[in-house]
Amino acid sequence: MPRLFPWLQTAPLLAVLLVFLVVPLAMLVVVSFYDYDSFSLIPDFVLTNYQEVFTSAVTWRTYLKTLWFAGLTWLVTLGLGFWLAYFLAFVVRSPAWRMVLFVLTTVPFWTSNLIRMIAWVPFLGRNGILNNGLLAVGAIDRPLEFLLFSDFAVILAFVHLYTLFMVVPIFNTMMRIDRRLLEAARDAGAGFWQALWCVILPLSKPGIGIGSIFVVVLVMGDFATVRLMSGGQSASVGLMISNQIGLMQYPAAAANAVVLLAMVLLLVSAMLRAIDIRKEL
Amino acid sequence: MPGRAARILLGGLFGLFLLFLYGPTITIGILSFQGPDGGLTFPMNGASLHWFAQLFQPQAVGDLGAAMRRTLALAAMVTASTVVISLLAGMAFRRRFRGSGAVFYLTIASLIVPSILVSLGIGLLFNQMEWEPAWYSSAFGAQLTWTLPFGLLIMFAVFNRFDRSWEEAARDMGATPWQSFRHVVLPIIAPSVVGIALFGFTLSFDEFARTLLTAGSGNTLPLEILGMTTTVTTPVLYALGTVSTAVSFLVIGGAILGVRLLGRRRGAAPEARGSAPGTPPGG
Repeated sequence: MPRLFPWLQTAPLLAVLLVFLVVPLAMLVVVSFYDYDSFSLIPDFVLTNYQEVFTSAVTWRTYLKTLWFAGLTWLVTLGLGFWLAYFLAFVVRSPAWRMVLFVLTTVPFWTSNLIRMIAWVPFLGRNGILNNGLLAVGAIDRPLEFLLFSDFAVILAFVHLYTLFMVVPIFNTMMRIDRRLLEAARDAGAGFWQALWCVILPLSKPGIGIGSIFVVVLVMGDFATVRLMSGGQSASVGLMISNQIGLMQYPAAAANAVVLLAMVLLLVSAMLRAIDIRKEL
Repeated sequence: MPGRAARILLGGLFGLFLLFLYGPTITIGILSFQGPDGGLTFPMNGASLHWFAQLFQPQAVGDLGAAMRRTLALAAMVTASTVVISLLAGMAFRRRFRGSGAVFYLTIASLIVPSILVSLGIGLLFNQMEWEPAWYSSAFGAQLTWTLPFGLLIMFAVFNRFDRSWEEAARDMGATPWQSFRHVVLPIIAPSVVGIALFGFTLSFDEFARTLLTAGSGNTLPLEILGMTTTVTTPVLYALGTVSTAVSFLVIGGAILGVRLLGRRRGAAPEARGSAPGTPPGG
């Protein structure tokens, strides 16, 4: 009986994941081979949906654009996240202050992503705070148009939403670095950059890996940020899928979904080669 | 250690980041009190509660009261299930058992699959099975595939730091497995369990990608907001944002306060290390 215990305890988890993850994903694969007309799905085995994905120039551009969004967001959140985590872990000395500042960075996570995106509108718009401010000090003589509804706005929103996912895991691994290693590095004559490069960076790698997986996955699957912040002027795979859903072209959406999933899994497995997450918890 | 100048520079970066993080949200908080003739941006055209009043007029926007009730009910269901299921699974994972690796990787996969794909997959499944999608069935399941991995990861983080000698002591004194769980393990990990609950609530309350194709005919609040972003061009949108933020802060703040008070009443609050409520991924 006790030998059955672990299975009984994981049974609910497994049941949820099977019914709401494994079967639906299998369904996606099946439907991606279906045919369709404007009213209904036609069970069949056709490759036209995949042909459309791989032969359309627009689709290729959309995939490349999505990778570009993911790459750029990754670079910015990593650069920002690393130094913010470094500040919290190594510059702030008092544990109480560290806790307060850490909580302050996580509080916005409690608010809706949608609201946090909308919140940029009064800032970046044509008559927004930023444009009005710059006009008032005479830095520009007409409103900057690229601030809202542009790729700039999309990246800004991604950085705003997801830097937290970089800060937390990196901070977590940095806090576990034995401080004596840093003293040893200093005693051995290492300067600030040398200690950073040879001690802190290698030991923070697992946190960087986990943060990177989160950011890349979230950006790759996004549709709302690109839609809202680019004002329909840019595209991503997620947005393309959601548009196809809107047009009831489910098999086409499913084919894109399968390709996107394959891409995400490839990216993540590449990143997982660098770290073993299970050890890092 | 960085020099004085570098420390000041990093402190400045951190300050700017906090401004970047909070600035926009505070701005829409202020703008939601815009006067009746005010627009989407500054200057404020007087101050009023006009847009909050508008929120509750059915003709201005959808039936927000019903959407709010639905969202809270769903969040409560998701929170309770996440706590129970991840607690159970977390206990099981303390030992290796046959198949534990597979279940672990499946859970991680659940975290990695983009939300919109889960939404589409479940939507198609219900469609093909001719089941009626609803917030309490399909959307509930869709959200669990997102909250459970977080719950389980937090449980891992907790049990990796758990001192087993407490349990051994309980067993030596003749406690049954249930007694040792109820009176030893659970009180020690209680703060983390609250953390899982807060996580589950937050993730559910704000989720829209996973509910998009699974909520059926009854919209949740985030779906209403998503719809409004393309159609509504008045500060009523900001008012809705402010209300939604306020509700989520009330619930989370209330929970944290409740735990504090409970802990104080019990005397020494058992603080499990590395498990502050609201500690996101990687715990």
